[in-house]
Amino acid sequence: MNTVTTNNDLATYIVRHADDNVVIGQRLATYISRAPELEEDLAVGNLSLDHIGVADHLFTYAAKVDGGERTGDDLVMLRSEREYTNLLLVEQRHDGFGDLIARQFLFDAYQLPLWEALSASTDETIAGVSQRAAKEARYHLRHSSMWIVRLGDGTEESHRRIQASIDRMWRFTGEMFEADDLDREMASSGVGVDPSTLKDLWETTVDAVLEEATLTRPEDSFQTSGGRCGMHTEYLGQMLSEMQWLQRSMPGQSW
Amino acid sequence: MAPAVDARTIVVITETSRIDHVRALLERVVDPDLPFLSIADIAILRDVHLSDEGAVTVTITPTYSGCPAMETIREDIRTVLGEGGFDDVSIETIFSPAWTTEWMSDDAKRKLSENRIAPPDSVIAIVPEVLCPLCSSDGVRTVSEFGSTACKSIMACTQCGEPFDYFKAI
Repeated sequence: MNTVTTNNDLATYIVRHADDNVVIGQRLATYISRAPELEEDLAVGNLSLDHIGVADHLFTYAAKVDGGERTGDDLVMLRSEREYTNLLLVEQRHDGFGDLIARQFLFDAYQLPLWEALSASTDETIAGVSQRAAKEARYHLRHSSMWIVRLGDGTEESHRRIQASIDRMWRFTGEMFEADDLDREMASSGVGVDPSTLKDLWETTVDAVLEEATLTRPEDSFQTSGGRCGMHTEYLGQMLSEMQWLQRSMPGQSW
Repeated sequence: MAPAVDARTIVVITETSRIDHVRALLERVVDPDLPFLSIADIAILRDVHLSDEGAVTVTITPTYSGCPAMETIREDIRTVLGEGGFDDVSIETIFSPAWTTEWMSDDAKRKLSENRIAPPDSVIAIVPEVLCPLCSSDGVRTVSEFGSTACKSIMACTQCGEPFDYFKAI
């Protein structure tokens, strides 16, 4: 089932990338004050801000492209779980810092080549937002890679825990490179990118960092997907119910 | 704070002087996190256009995607131009080309140093060349990749021991 609530393909395409960013941004925000050290609290807050900022720009543009009455905020706050089209990886719950870093690393390694490819989009706004986001993604990836190495090549305990986190997140990584009709259509028109073309770059990054971290790359066994069609794991609904509470309870409230 | 002279009373003679006036007003808009830098210094301000009818179009490029200062900056642009007698103001945001610290002037970098913030390296390198803004030593270490704002990281000098902000080259 694909609950398309946008009016045209371009808006749908922009929204899926915006969804990835608002969801991981919200996930990161819930961790502020819980990081193992003060510097990481700053990092988590900054990462969250970057992702939510990208989402904000994309949702604002999507609302404009969509042509309806809805604003970018409406798209974030008034869509249900089934209408969200983010990747499953970004909605995964983190039970501790290892999960947060594993999720972030696997996603950063995908986002950097994604933004670099979208920087050449024939759509001027998508290209501009992507050029900005690529610079940020490079910094994010450097940060998350550093932690993967530090934890993996750290103590026996940190190694065991980060390996478990990588293993846990792994089955949601295959979905990042699945291309659907919309991806292919957007890629052929020069607006978007076919995500399957990003996989080699992602693997090169992930393999190199895991090796340096003395971690084992999990087997490519069962992979779960469905996020782009609105079929989510149990965690997204829980997150949205908290995130959207204010707008649902008191519609139209603003700062 | 009211300006000493009501700008509305200034007799505008030529196009050049009017646009210069708009630019001078915009010099008063600063980055709220770095109040010693104007939006022109930090290169957020990309273009200013004044129509024959007196409508001002200000084009800005955001620094970081999620920089919360951008909203304040938009409000401040409207406020200073309004105080200067320009009520018809539109603010356009352009993303491409993406903002880079390479656009910052030497003057802006000097102001950062004077305020104990190490200015961005002129080249974008993995390991930037940073000098301690207090004692100019090159013996510095990164304390945190992320700092108090998106644009800065936290470093410390191994020579004088002082911790300081580094404006990241991006």
